Amino acid sequence: MAECHPVGYQWVMEARERGAKVFHIDPRFSRTSATVDRYVAIRAGTDIVLLGALINYVLSNGLDFREYVLAYTNAATLVNRDFRDTEDLDGLFSGFDEETGRYDPSTWAYEGDVPEEEEPVEGGEHHAEAAGSDSYGARGAGASASPPSDPTLTDPRCVYQILKRHYSRYTPEMVEELCGIPPEQFGELAEAVTANSGRERTTAWVYSVGWTQHSVGVQYIRAAAILQLLLGNMGRPGGGIMALRGHASIQGSTDIPTLFNLLPGYIAMPHAHRHDGLDHYLEQEGADTGWWGNRRAYVVSLLKAWWGDAATEDNDYRFDYLPRLTGDHGHYATVMGQIDGVVKGYFVIGENPAVGSANGKAQRLGLANLDWLVVRDLMLVETATFWKDAPEIETGELRTEEIGTEVFFLPAASHVEKEGTFTNTQRLLQWREKALDPPGDCRSDLWFYYHLGKRIRRRLGEGDDDVDRPVTELTWDYPEIGERREPSAEAVLREINGTAADGGPLGSLRELKPDGSTSCGCWIYCGVYADGVNQAARRTPHTEQGPVALEWGWAWPANRRILYNRASADPQGRPWSERKKYVYWDGTKWTGPDVPDFEEDKDPGYRPPEGAKAQAALAGTDPFIMQSDGKGWLYVPSGLSDGPLPTHYEPHESPVRNALYGQQANPARRTVDRPENPYNPALSPRFPYVYTTSRLTEHHTTGAMSRPLPYLAELQPEAFCEVSREMAEEIGLENGGWATIVTARTAIELRVLVTGRVRPLRLNGRTVHQIVMPYHWGYSSGGVVTGDVVNDLPSIVLDPNVYIQESKAGTCDVLPGRRPRGRALLDLIERYRDG
Amino acid sequence: MAEQRMGFFTDTTVCIGCKACEVACKEWNDVPDDGFVFRATSYDNTGALGASTWRHVAFVEQDGRWLMMSDVCKHCTHAACLDVCPTGALFRTEFDTVVVQSDVCNGCGYCVPACPYGVIDRREDDGRAWKCTLCYDRLRGGMEPACAKACPTKSIQFGPLDELRERARDRVERLHAEGVTEARLYGEDPDNGVGGTGAFFLLLDEPETYGLPPDPVVTTRDLPAMWRWAGGAALALAAGVAVCFAGRKP
Repeated sequence: MAECHPVGYQWVMEARERGAKVFHIDPRFSRTSATVDRYVAIRAGTDIVLLGALINYVLSNGLDFREYVLAYTNAATLVNRDFRDTEDLDGLFSGFDEETGRYDPSTWAYEGDVPEEEEPVEGGEHHAEAAGSDSYGARGAGASASPPSDPTLTDPRCVYQILKRHYSRYTPEMVEELCGIPPEQFGELAEAVTANSGRERTTAWVYSVGWTQHSVGVQYIRAAAILQLLLGNMGRPGGGIMALRGHASIQGSTDIPTLFNLLPGYIAMPHAHRHDGLDHYLEQEGADTGWWGNRRAYVVSLLKAWWGDAATEDNDYRFDYLPRLTGDHGHYATVMGQIDGVVKGYFVIGENPAVGSANGKAQRLGLANLDWLVVRDLMLVETATFWKDAPEIETGELRTEEIGTEVFFLPAASHVEKEGTFTNTQRLLQWREKALDPPGDCRSDLWFYYHLGKRIRRRLGEGDDDVDRPVTELTWDYPEIGERREPSAEAVLREINGTAADGGPLGSLRELKPDGSTSCGCWIYCGVYADGVNQAARRTPHTEQGPVALEWGWAWPANRRILYNRASADPQGRPWSERKKYVYWDGTKWTGPDVPDFEEDKDPGYRPPEGAKAQAALAGTDPFIMQSDGKGWLYVPSGLSDGPLPTHYEPHESPVRNALYGQQANPARRTVDRPENPYNPALSPRFPYVYTTSRLTEHHTTGAMSRPLPYLAELQPEAFCEVSREMAEEIGLENGGWATIVTARTAIELRVLVTGRVRPLRLNGRTVHQIVMPYHWGYSSGGVVTGDVVNDLPSIVLDPNVYIQESKAGTCDVLPGRRPRGRALLDLIERYRDG
Repeated sequence: MAEQRMGFFTDTTVCIGCKACEVACKEWNDVPDDGFVFRATSYDNTGALGASTWRHVAFVEQDGRWLMMSDVCKHCTHAACLDVCPTGALFRTEFDTVVVQSDVCNGCGYCVPACPYGVIDRREDDGRAWKCTLCYDRLRGGMEPACAKACPTKSIQFGPLDELRERARDRVERLHAEGVTEARLYGEDPDNGVGGTGAFFLLLDEPETYGLPPDPVVTTRDLPAMWRWAGGAALALAAGVAVCFAGRKP
């Protein structure tokens, strides 16, 4: 966090000054490790073993926050009797189909939740094929509101007992064997986490892509969620699980998404083969109980925002105008489509996949096979210049004169040259003003898309072709400002906020209607323009308001700063402790320093009547209001593609055998078995070292915004790797010299930094060396400094839920000296592939 | 002196090595880059303070510990660079800081060996001497120096020197009470060889570990004595000569 978020990290330093104990668990000893109480070195790709062992520690020592767990989680819920755990099937859950490599999740359901259709609503093939799980960003999949349960937690089929059994072999010894963490260090961590949880204290977990970029990435986060729920650390001040984002407004780009499978506000993108019309779609996507029971209002209001008067009840509010999924349209599927010649055109906006995505060669081969490519960026990034300076030109795999891709480079405005909002990791929207006009032809993305849209519409004219109507009927008229006709970003924010029937701004998402009388571009952002005021632009200093600072910016939803904060009070509505008092029931309403995440007048004693819908179906003691049962899910009965409980699987490429199960890697992981994407065999002696990739404070992502700047480039001028003294000695690497890193994809050269910060791990008597590589360099980007592309090393192997690549753990070989050039480089890789 | 003496207290216990100070300094003061050299010395690629690096973050790798310290000109009470400057380019400001006026500096370079810390240096291309100005222009505008402003963890604190010294002593006391017995101040003592520095540090190890001289002395300290000795010697010589002549009777 010190390395990538130094500004946010000041608060960690401050917390430490006030007595917080901070641990840093990372394969790499970074600037964070240097400034915490305890650094814990871990083998990349083994965090579920560690988290599972913490869960086991809590359960086997009876350290869970029992009152919280019983009231607020699904610990007591009974699970289908046909469910089989990984303990029964040596690393598989019930329902796995060896042939397709997919799970049928029906046996994972709660007791009594029998799928009504052949194709389960929240799962199954179509669901998995289009990253359906990812659409649960802000919700749970459908399940009963009140399934059978055993409050004594003794029934072997209750979640609590299933959990206990599932993690029973995740012991400190197993942590030592797989993660390389000594038992006394594990003991210290377990003691600190449990001692700092409960009524009086809370523990927070902070993670970043070191947890997500794995073939079991989603389950890493799930494991942390289980631990936090067992310890009562969700919905309470000082608790939670915080995802640090990769750069500014990545949170915003999932809320109002740049993802293929989501519509604004975590509404699922309709599927061509699963959804007939609006009613059918609404029936299939989500449960009727819990807050998502209101989804019709959100979807209809979104359609009204997009198609205005053209969207009416009679025409399903133009639901048929929405694009449809037919399968996986994610980034890596797109790249394969390019190589296959199916994908002809490509917009790359503020991204640099030629350097930033896994298997850079596949990325560039895709780019070279397009008809046209649009790159919008501040600099001529490698993605725009691949045709002349990609590594494949040097090896002869690509020849400039044979690349037919027409590249349009459009210069973009930087964040100080345009107005708008950033949404950061805690869902906080902050408005920023434009400081100056962008130079020359540089324009904001808003300008680009708006005027592109206008030009397309001019081309289509008044045409009556039905196929054009989704574009010609789109509401596409924002005020244009100045000579450059910059669309008003505030007008867009107003549209996102939504308007009532009278045309006035909506104040809250509770005002959204399912009858077409309201419009709203993103239901979770409704209220950001309440009272016609740009709430995101508020900047009351913290000295002039309380510590929750509700008047600084605006947080979705409803300016709520801690989600699920009903859980900060006990089932009766009283604060768990005076020290951790936050939101509580004062006898007539919920109150406290934050906006309560609950119906304000819902009595803690409320019990839902039979057949109740939406939030009315949840009791006054159900804080997790987005879930269909209002409970925090220790166990996930539906919605995930690779199992209801996090399970340790080795990375796809690992030098170590899975000591927990016969199943080596995630059985449901997505592999891309193509010549462009060869894999290192697991346990291969040709690739004995573990690598992980990382970032440095001095650079930003692929370096496009930092390498061209001399002041940043001089601070870290060359691509390098960090290796231990022992590894350097073993291979013959010299500090300041060169190393060649080899995988089945390619080989790259890096300068060598030999350091005592990286240490060999002892795993079950065996030594495993790890190598750490910051990935900020590339062959151009207008860089003052350049270097080989680290992301050329990882393969494309994906988490089955959200299709993120496993770039944080893989295997490689390391040779002293610089890499071969030209054809000789290909020969080297060929020799490795042949084994 | 119209104003209070202003200075820096750099607390290395909360430094996270982000180098925001180095960058902010260069941005504000328009300092050129210092070359693009991979030094393979931990995360330090700018090497040391110099004509084009006025804040420098040192990285010291020890067993299980990674020390980071943002170094800067010390703005000595007794500043040798100022003493030896023949043109008056170096002067003491109303904030009791030491600043080079680049339009006056003639590049003689006397100040370079005079600095006991090796801070001030000449640029190869223009020959003139450059160093931290403690953002004299910002101070005159009522703003804090760029490095302190950019520091996210308050490792670099700016303020009246008296206040900073008090704060620093409290901080050391607290760290000692917490068992961080190796915490110590460097440079704040008015009785040290340079009369105390306007920029002082809280360190977690010996100064040498960070590349700082353990007991710096203003290099012009002995000048008065040297002049006295020289004067004395001249007088003795004159007396001797006088005696010689006095002894001769015509």
